[in-house]
Amino acid sequence: MQSAAASYVSLDALKSNRNALAEPVEAPAHAGCGTSGGEGKASCGTSDGPDDMPADVWNKVKNHPCYSEEAHHHYARMHVAVAPACNIQCNYCNRKYDCSNESRPGVVSQKLTPEQAVKKVVAVASEIPQMTVLGIAGPGDSLASPKKTFETFRMLQEQAPDIKLCLSTNGLALPALVDEICKYNIDHVTITINMVDPEVGAKIYPWIFWDHRRVTGVEAATILHQQQMLGLEMLTARGVLTKINSVLIPGINDEHLIEVNREVKKRGAFLHNIMPLISEAEHGTVFGLTGQRGPTAQELKAVQDACMGGANLMRHCRQCRADAVGLLGEDRSEEFTLDKIEEMEVVYDLDRRRSYQDRVEAERQAQHAAKVEALAATQDAGAADGIKVLVAVATTGGGRVNQHFGHADEFQIFEVSAGEALFVGHRRVDLFCQGGYGEDEKLPSIVTAINDCHAVLVSKIGACPRDELKTAGIEPVDNYVDEFIEKAALSWFADYTGRVARGETVHQARGDASIRQGAFTAAA
Amino acid sequence: MSLKIIADLCTGCSACEPECPNEAISEKKNLFIIDPDKCTECEGDYDTPQCVAVCPVDHCILPLAA
Repeated sequence: MQSAAASYVSLDALKSNRNALAEPVEAPAHAGCGTSGGEGKASCGTSDGPDDMPADVWNKVKNHPCYSEEAHHHYARMHVAVAPACNIQCNYCNRKYDCSNESRPGVVSQKLTPEQAVKKVVAVASEIPQMTVLGIAGPGDSLASPKKTFETFRMLQEQAPDIKLCLSTNGLALPALVDEICKYNIDHVTITINMVDPEVGAKIYPWIFWDHRRVTGVEAATILHQQQMLGLEMLTARGVLTKINSVLIPGINDEHLIEVNREVKKRGAFLHNIMPLISEAEHGTVFGLTGQRGPTAQELKAVQDACMGGANLMRHCRQCRADAVGLLGEDRSEEFTLDKIEEMEVVYDLDRRRSYQDRVEAERQAQHAAKVEALAATQDAGAADGIKVLVAVATTGGGRVNQHFGHADEFQIFEVSAGEALFVGHRRVDLFCQGGYGEDEKLPSIVTAINDCHAVLVSKIGACPRDELKTAGIEPVDNYVDEFIEKAALSWFADYTGRVARGETVHQARGDASIRQGAFTAAA
Repeated sequence: MSLKIIADLCTGCSACEPECPNEAISEKKNLFIIDPDKCTECEGDYDTPQCVAVCPVDHCILPLAA
């Protein structure tokens, strides 16, 4: 636990004004698994297994791709866009903009009625049996259109009872609807919390709609903050797992997010997901228009690292759209437009889904066991001299180094030191092939995306990009094909530190990397 | 007296519809329209027109005469 001494005047002042819940609720048993793990394990939660948490919690997260890093390689999710209305305005959001190439929250191509949404869910669940989670994430706020959201949940519970239901909200309407949420066996709720100080909040939220009027400035942020904290406490008290999403906005809430982390952890948040601001002028958001930039890769990582030991950190978020379908990082929503669903013959076969998921689970467990075994046999780097580096990995899944450099549209990033390879995030890279660009233009953007890495582990790589990477100071590595990522990373690291020790290589710090923004509009 | 929704600006988000005390707002071709016969600009019910206060787009809802 962090020191309790670091409490916040603003928050205490707020709490003293609040009648609804005078005492903070006690953190439940499941909170804080990360801090007691021993063996220096830094990032708990998302990458944890059944040994790291109580059985009931494990059952809730094991096949939820957003709550379990491991699960997201095996299980799929979908969002249905039934809740277009919102009750607040955020400076990073502009709902008018829609581009089918675009992947960011708040964007959606087709809004659905609850009936259409249920039809779509059942169609997807039949087609993709590993789809285990249905979320309502907008494109506005799921609780600003409570009738549509809960009507969808009610029908789904009847027609597809095995699908986990979850929702995402800004929290403004949350306290009033917690009881309703609990009626539908919703195990997981995500609250977007960008501040615990209304002075900070006033820079992020121009207004909220509250009690039949538009409220602005610090007053608006104060109300929102109180509702968010109260809602989080109420969910914790009812045993609902909560994930807190925070948008990192450089110069506005970057260091402040460490306080946010502490406050949400104190109130029992299960997971904290710190995401980079997506901000481009063509999105038409306030931040996009004022030139507010998003964080660099290292700025994001610095805040995430500073929050380790607080609420468990999620590092595998892809900031997906409010109508995304499939595994995280992929979007198959184009296969399931309303027209196409109309023509599909849909049979909701619960037994088939169960048996398929049993196979997925067996595969996941086998993979996990094989990885543990492989890691046990991995040689430790000897004289690493406290060296810690990042490596980028091209993988198609299965936890192995198995993708061609040129086929990767994202790289997983691992932080490697003596005896430990830790997943710390991923980097998307542009698919310039869409715009007819040549390989020459594609490479520099990949280099900037992984420029803070010392090496990139791939199954194969062409001669040209190999030379370009070397010139940029990134070592292309293709001799650990199909090896488990952690084992490959540790083996490469042992080799690297060996070369450094023998004086064959000079260890140098790497520069920063840039986070690719969401839109492809420039190429369209 | 009545308000109108500028169709070019409306995003079809539906936030206004449930806020109207007169049920004057309805959906038409994925956008929303105000029935001028029902709209009172919320006079007698609220201090400010509810649809204007909740609408995410500036200047999307204006007085009909304007």
